[in-house]
Amino acid sequence: MPENSNLLEKIKHSLESQEQPTVTILSSLLAIQDNLHYLPKEGIAETAKFCGKSTNEVWSVASFYTNFRFTPPGENVLDVCWGPTCHLLGAQDIIDDIQKSLELQGEGESKDGKITLKYNTCLGACAQAPCIAIDHHIHGRQDINSAKKIINTIRNK
Amino acid sequence: MTEVFEKIKAKALEDWYKLNSNKWVRVGGGTSGQAMGSYEIFNKAKNILDKNFSDVNISLVSAIGLMYLEPIVDITLPDGTRTYYGNVDSTEIENILNFHLSKNKPLLDRVFAGNDKAAKLWDIQNINDMPNISRQIKIATRNFGDTDPLSIDHYIARGGYSALSSAIFEKTPEFIVDEVKNSGLRGRGGAAFPAGVKWSFLAPSKEPVKYVLCNCEEGDPGAFNDKGIIENDPHTLVEGLILNGYATNSSNGYIFIRQGHEIPINAAKKAISDAYEKGLLGKNILGSNFSFDMEVSLTGDSYVAGEETALMEAIEGKRSTPRYKPPFPAAQGLWKKPTNINNVKTLSYVPEIIRKGSDWFKSIGTETTSGTAIVCLSGHIKFPGMYEIPMGMTIREVLEDVGGGIFKGKSIKVLQAGGPLNGLLGEEAFDTMIDFDAMSAAGASIGSGGIIVGNEKTNIVDLLRNLIAFNQFESCGKCFPCRLGNTHMLEILDRMCQKKSNPNDLDLIQRIGSSMKSGSLCGHGQLGYNPILSAMKYFREEIESAVNGKINLTGANRDGKMILPTRTRP
Repeated sequence: MPENSNLLEKIKHSLESQEQPTVTILSSLLAIQDNLHYLPKEGIAETAKFCGKSTNEVWSVASFYTNFRFTPPGENVLDVCWGPTCHLLGAQDIIDDIQKSLELQGEGESKDGKITLKYNTCLGACAQAPCIAIDHHIHGRQDINSAKKIINTIRNK
Repeated sequence: MTEVFEKIKAKALEDWYKLNSNKWVRVGGGTSGQAMGSYEIFNKAKNILDKNFSDVNISLVSAIGLMYLEPIVDITLPDGTRTYYGNVDSTEIENILNFHLSKNKPLLDRVFAGNDKAAKLWDIQNINDMPNISRQIKIATRNFGDTDPLSIDHYIARGGYSALSSAIFEKTPEFIVDEVKNSGLRGRGGAAFPAGVKWSFLAPSKEPVKYVLCNCEEGDPGAFNDKGIIENDPHTLVEGLILNGYATNSSNGYIFIRQGHEIPINAAKKAISDAYEKGLLGKNILGSNFSFDMEVSLTGDSYVAGEETALMEAIEGKRSTPRYKPPFPAAQGLWKKPTNINNVKTLSYVPEIIRKGSDWFKSIGTETTSGTAIVCLSGHIKFPGMYEIPMGMTIREVLEDVGGGIFKGKSIKVLQAGGPLNGLLGEEAFDTMIDFDAMSAAGASIGSGGIIVGNEKTNIVDLLRNLIAFNQFESCGKCFPCRLGNTHMLEILDRMCQKKSNPNDLDLIQRIGSSMKSGSLCGHGQLGYNPILSAMKYFREEIESAVNGKINLTGANRDGKMILPTRTRP
């Protein structure tokens, strides 16, 4: 299948083009996810081969770190912070509203496939709380309306 | 010899003076700046300058720490005036630049402060008189707001790497260890262990491969000073880590950062590669006999990866769960080699300690905790930001003088200091000194330096639930008292919020907390009960009435439920 061989090629490319001197299971998985935005099961198998480890060992790492995902995400990833500062400044209201507008119960993909909603423990810009981030780009001082605006811009793109 | 470095420095200084004697526009960057749109402002300003003022320099510089004023733009003129604009909007930047650069004076109704010269000339607020600037003593953050973090030359022009150069040519490794010991520098990662003493455990080992690690996992919600230092002045950390390597005769250094934080990650990578290019890293540094390599190691999302032995597991590419100790890292750490590990802030002080001497550093701060604390203020506070204040300042001074007091509300009811494994403090404790020992006596900790402020409407049980939910979510799962204990504590707090509490819940939570303390390998389990324990000291009545079904929640969780990730690590 050409699609599959394309995927394999991308995985191999991600593994081999790691620039840092120390290459490990974790760095390999991060490289694949950076490139493909998820870890396909072929990625697990290739990492095992590449690092000379068992599939089991690779899975143990992949299942541990919460940033890894195993299905393709939506076109954009929306991180919403639920850390204590954002919490005190109204994050729950924002998350609640975002979930309603994306028709989601928890984390996951919107039906149109445009947005993946993720909860984040802290985006690192607490002075600008409440924060959300689109594809790692943080937007500070959010409220229900401003968050809605950002989301609508993405959905109408 | 030091001549190699003197040559590099002379060139950097020449460029720096040139930059300062022309018109220079600086836009504050960093993660917090990005969150307020400062990158858009920078790009727009750059386009305007390219079009109208091609002889004017522009730099995306480090954040000055006054985050409530971001995006911040400042303009230096050849007459020596420097004027600051705050909360700059992308619609007004063109007007500001056109006016200021063509008339050679600031748009006065938009500036918030100026340097001495500008303040005098135009009768505006002197930036050095603003309490949240004047109360600071900037050591690790000395370049904040002034230099481009991605420019090694800026760093060198401001005195950077001269400590390293003088150390490797004029001082012995033992001298550096003794200086750090004498300075009284204590670890800023939370444990407050004397850094020089830690280094002296590693130094004697004759192993050819030894590691010095820098911990920037910084998963603590409410803390952003580690990433803050890396993204705003990465070279102070890189220089500190090289000095750490020299002092302990180590071969390799790692800067350990969580994936996804692109701004600090890219700054660290760029700093390392520039240092290699200048001969400040690699084989025979500056022509000396000392060789040292450094790289960035990225981790996945895991809070426990910030624990020292778990961090080593993560660098080795495994699940970041803590190891049994002993063996201690100085004997057997990363890849079973002797290893030292320090927090970003700890290492970032070292270049200035070596440059100015340990006695100078010791003269700042308190008897038991020398130096400064880099605090991150957030929550219901007027001036949220990152401030480097001398140890010994009271919490109240930090909140009132530096933070400007309450924002959105009548009074400050509660502080969460030092991350979710540390305590809550009530008003009675606000006269506590910021110092490792005084804070821990009050039931909290400086920890990571995060201070989250809650106003009078803050519901303590709801805040505790948020903190314990974090601890539950982040438990690595290795020790069952931590894995299950946090889950149970979260269930109990959830019941309290939903007015379904059982009468013996407080007793139960206490028993769980004490089992976690005695039955967990690392601080995550050992300290996980701290928020509740300290809250019982300051807010017992409120917690007890929640057990009795009296609790008032507002907002989306008005039915008492909280939107939370549901996950336990397998």
